[in-house]
Amino acid sequence: MLGMITVESLTKTYGRGLTAVDDVSFTAATGRVTGFLGPNGAGKSTTMRIMVGLTPASSGTATIDGRRFVDLPNPGTEVGVLLDASAQHAGRTGREILTLVQRTMGLPRSRVAEMLELVSLTDDEADRRVRNYSLGMRQRLGIGAALLGDPHVLILDEPANGLDPAGIRWMRDLLRGYANAGGTVLLSSHLLHEIEVIADDLVVIGNGRIVAQGTKAELLASAGTIARARDIAALAAAMGRAGLTVTHADGSVHTDATPEQVGEVALGAGLALTELRAADGAGLEEMFLELTADTQREGAAA
Amino acid sequence: MTTTTVLDPAAVDAAAGRGRTRTASARIPLSRLVGVELRKMFDTRSGFWLMASIVIMSVLATAAIIVFAPDDQQTYDNFAAAIGAPMTIILPMIGILAVTSEWSQRSGLTTFTLVPRRGRVLGAKVLAAIAVGIVAMFIALVVGVLGTLVGSMITGLDPVWNATVSEFALIVLGSVLGMLFGFMLGVLIRNSAGAIVAYFVYTLVLPPLLGLLAANQEWFKDLQPWVDYNNAQTVLFNGSVTTEQWQQLAVSGTIWFLIPLAVGLFIVRRSEVK
Repeated sequence: MLGMITVESLTKTYGRGLTAVDDVSFTAATGRVTGFLGPNGAGKSTTMRIMVGLTPASSGTATIDGRRFVDLPNPGTEVGVLLDASAQHAGRTGREILTLVQRTMGLPRSRVAEMLELVSLTDDEADRRVRNYSLGMRQRLGIGAALLGDPHVLILDEPANGLDPAGIRWMRDLLRGYANAGGTVLLSSHLLHEIEVIADDLVVIGNGRIVAQGTKAELLASAGTIARARDIAALAAAMGRAGLTVTHADGSVHTDATPEQVGEVALGAGLALTELRAADGAGLEEMFLELTADTQREGAAA
Repeated sequence: MTTTTVLDPAAVDAAAGRGRTRTASARIPLSRLVGVELRKMFDTRSGFWLMASIVIMSVLATAAIIVFAPDDQQTYDNFAAAIGAPMTIILPMIGILAVTSEWSQRSGLTTFTLVPRRGRVLGAKVLAAIAVGIVAMFIALVVGVLGTLVGSMITGLDPVWNATVSEFALIVLGSVLGMLFGFMLGVLIRNSAGAIVAYFVYTLVLPPLLGLLAANQEWFKDLQPWVDYNNAQTVLFNGSVTTEQWQQLAVSGTIWFLIPLAVGLFIVRRSEVK
């Protein structure tokens, strides 16, 4: 399991009682893309910054294969990091920024040209100063810097930010291929569709606390069953007697139970069902809003 | 930008696959970090011209002596003094910006992610700055020699070599200490504008105030040499230093340089890099 990220009971408090990250624990496994989801200010970026040693934790640990990031002898060759694509000296050229990364890690000069090609920055663009870059170009440059050291772990904060649709597609293919080849990818995003498409595992965070985590399939499947009968009130009552939780919605009942359980209840009560099916997998957006409802700024979500 | 380029899957496979099988990598040697930090001092337009200004100011100062100074003043020590004056401003600026640009330009996010041991980065920066300072002083030496020769050719007098090796060594030390003071301010303040303002307050505003205090308060008059680091440094540029002056340099340097530097390093190693 080389490349596993383990975060244990991570907590970060600031003065005045502000808790940015509150007892966060999760793992990101090798060969999988782990999506880190949460509303603005939920603590995603702070958690990632703690993982790479830019912010000291108040308590708890974050390790890669059991080693703290600051203990890695040459971190760039093991963990590729992109936290903020705009955090570069605006007066340097893109090529120069990659050259500094290449030299720091002690890699051959040719890696710079390889990375520029990988992230589709032309020679002309590479020789421009970063202050003249669009956000999408900065994002590509940042990805190039993160991949330059051939790391087996990637930690990316909002990597799709500023990319056009083709760029987002490119990023998705890149990360998918990277994980399929055995790499570990942890990426945060508030672009739910992106996460839904690419992530294998999800960690949902709200107000600094983890509100849900698991495989995408698990988290999105727990949608329950929908049933209809001519006498809907009788069906609901029968299900209630059988101990199933029931919610009404436009002439149907909705429950966490399986279709099989609902069918047996209906048979026992002598009710003819007019419809019985598994509820549609709740979209990630619905799940996200529901899970983070009490931490949303807008308050009215879900 | 060619956004339609499809990624070559083999390249990614190779990237991730090679990473997976890699054995433990070697620790980054300090010499490599010093090389990177030196490169950072030159690789932006502002950085390049700051470095170039060392040579430019040396040449301008030399030309000014040749043009304006009386013939019998065309001596080596006058050339050296004229070149040294701009150096005492430029070198501390280099020391300040070597540190503060990581915060003001936010490039520290990358730097301290690639080298999480921040003390090593700062150590590399201080070594790079000292190297630049010493090279700058040798440029000043050479330009001063050329100025003296050109001056003597124009005046028709014999060149006057009235500076000794020990005097030159003291001037180099004084310049490097000035540069290190800038470095300390950079570490302590971590903001380009703030650190530069602090430097000018320290060099331009503080000395007359201390002088005023010494002139009016008897108790401070005897104390001043021991607590006035600026003054103690200036002595280095005057050619000879007594044992007591060395002690005064050490005492005042501890107060104004070593203690603030220790505080700055303590803060930098625990602060958030945003």
